[in-house]
Amino acid sequence: MSNPTNLQYTKEHEWVSIEGDVATIGITEYAAEKLGDVVFVDLPKVGTSTTYMKICGEIESTKSVGELYAPLDGEVVEINNAVVSAPETVNTDPFGAGWLIKVRFTSLPELMTAEEYSALTGEG
Amino acid sequence: MPQTPLHAEHARLGASFTDFGGWDMPVRYSSDLAEHQAVRESAGVFDISHMAEIFITGSGSAAFLDYALVGQASAIANGKAKYSLICNAQGNIIDDLIVYRLADDEYLVIANAGNRHAVVVALNERAASYGFQGVADRSDEFALLAIQGPTATALLQTLTDADLSALPYYSIGTGNLSGVGSYLCRTGYTGEDGFEILFPADKAVEVLNALIQAGATPCGLASRDTLRLEAGMPLYGHELSLEINPYQAGLGRVVKLDRDEDFVGKSALAALSTQTPDKQLVGLIGEGKRAARAEYSIYSSVDSTEPIGEITSGALSPTLGYPVAMAYVATASSEVGNIVSVDIRGTRAEMTVVKLPFYKRSK
Repeated sequence: MSNPTNLQYTKEHEWVSIEGDVATIGITEYAAEKLGDVVFVDLPKVGTSTTYMKICGEIESTKSVGELYAPLDGEVVEINNAVVSAPETVNTDPFGAGWLIKVRFTSLPELMTAEEYSALTGEG
Repeated sequence: MPQTPLHAEHARLGASFTDFGGWDMPVRYSSDLAEHQAVRESAGVFDISHMAEIFITGSGSAAFLDYALVGQASAIANGKAKYSLICNAQGNIIDDLIVYRLADDEYLVIANAGNRHAVVVALNERAASYGFQGVADRSDEFALLAIQGPTATALLQTLTDADLSALPYYSIGTGNLSGVGSYLCRTGYTGEDGFEILFPADKAVEVLNALIQAGATPCGLASRDTLRLEAGMPLYGHELSLEINPYQAGLGRVVKLDRDEDFVGKSALAALSTQTPDKQLVGLIGEGKRAARAEYSIYSSVDSTEPIGEITSGALSPTLGYPVAMAYVATASSEVGNIVSVDIRGTRAEMTVVKLPFYKRSK
């Protein structure tokens, strides 16, 4: 598996794609594979404020529960309802159709590059 | 960490691994759900070589096992199997076992991997005090594969000279499997028909691949766990432990008190059998998609803050589509139909007590 170089990453295995002042957020392929088949995602409501590294959602597989940590401060402007109704998309396309939330951020913390994240997960 | 003889083969097949009972075991090859479904709809194969095989042989084997275990091994006919327990003197559960009678004076006891040491120690101690010498832990000599699912028996039949129709549920026979001399046990841990096959460890790779080539889907322990949960089967370390007695676990039927001879735990179990257990193992079902998982607290109502029990295993049932769990709850709250409140990571959810199992195959 390879982590796209156009994305940024957190140590909690989220990926972040920045466009203007909106960040699209998902979990990495590494995280999705560790979880196993995702059967349920619990996402924050649109309008919820997010705080850097505070839990804002849950991703459940048959075996375990993964937490979604907010990678930045801001406000949820969109959630991926397609993933809510088809949670397996997190496994099949974690970096694409399996995105989870979009957040309009107020400040941008320092995130990891693909190379740094790959080193963290031992894929480097 | 110990590995089964198939570890490298699992890696080659793309497995991810997990620590189970101290062993590095395949948790899944590709998809937990696909593997679960393969066992419910066709056939899956599991490597369970981590489990312990203890042979009891020689004159007095039956009487020794009658003393060492809570079931009556002497009442098992040759070629048949029985689910049993080994308890301590207090009547608590050291392990759950399957006891196969191979001959008048020969038994095979299969124990959980994580309890191998405890069971072997207990059997050796009991043998010493009973004056019996025929306990042999031969776990390292064998590979053990479970082939399970509605088409498992037909699939296995294409690979063996044994007549599998002559082996009903909970029986054991021998035969050649892809040319490898094997014990063929019609038992399992998935709620489906199938076999557990025991054969020399050095043949593990060829037998596994013969089964896969014949159409069995390799399955990991993640699917094994959801399959056994749906089938209402206890897992040691979750539903069973040294803190639990058979009456709490709903396994009173396994304890044969009505016999003259003494057995380890008999007096404690006899006393426990006359009392109402303080807590009991129940099945719980919920609505929605959020599973109640092991160690979550259970309350009598949404307003109550005093726990009456704890989940021991739980998942969103792949077959049924709703959350299922096994749990210990106070006996007063254990009646079928009773509604309890479970704390799922800070949010309460209602669950209803149901009769186990959650899933039963159509015969």
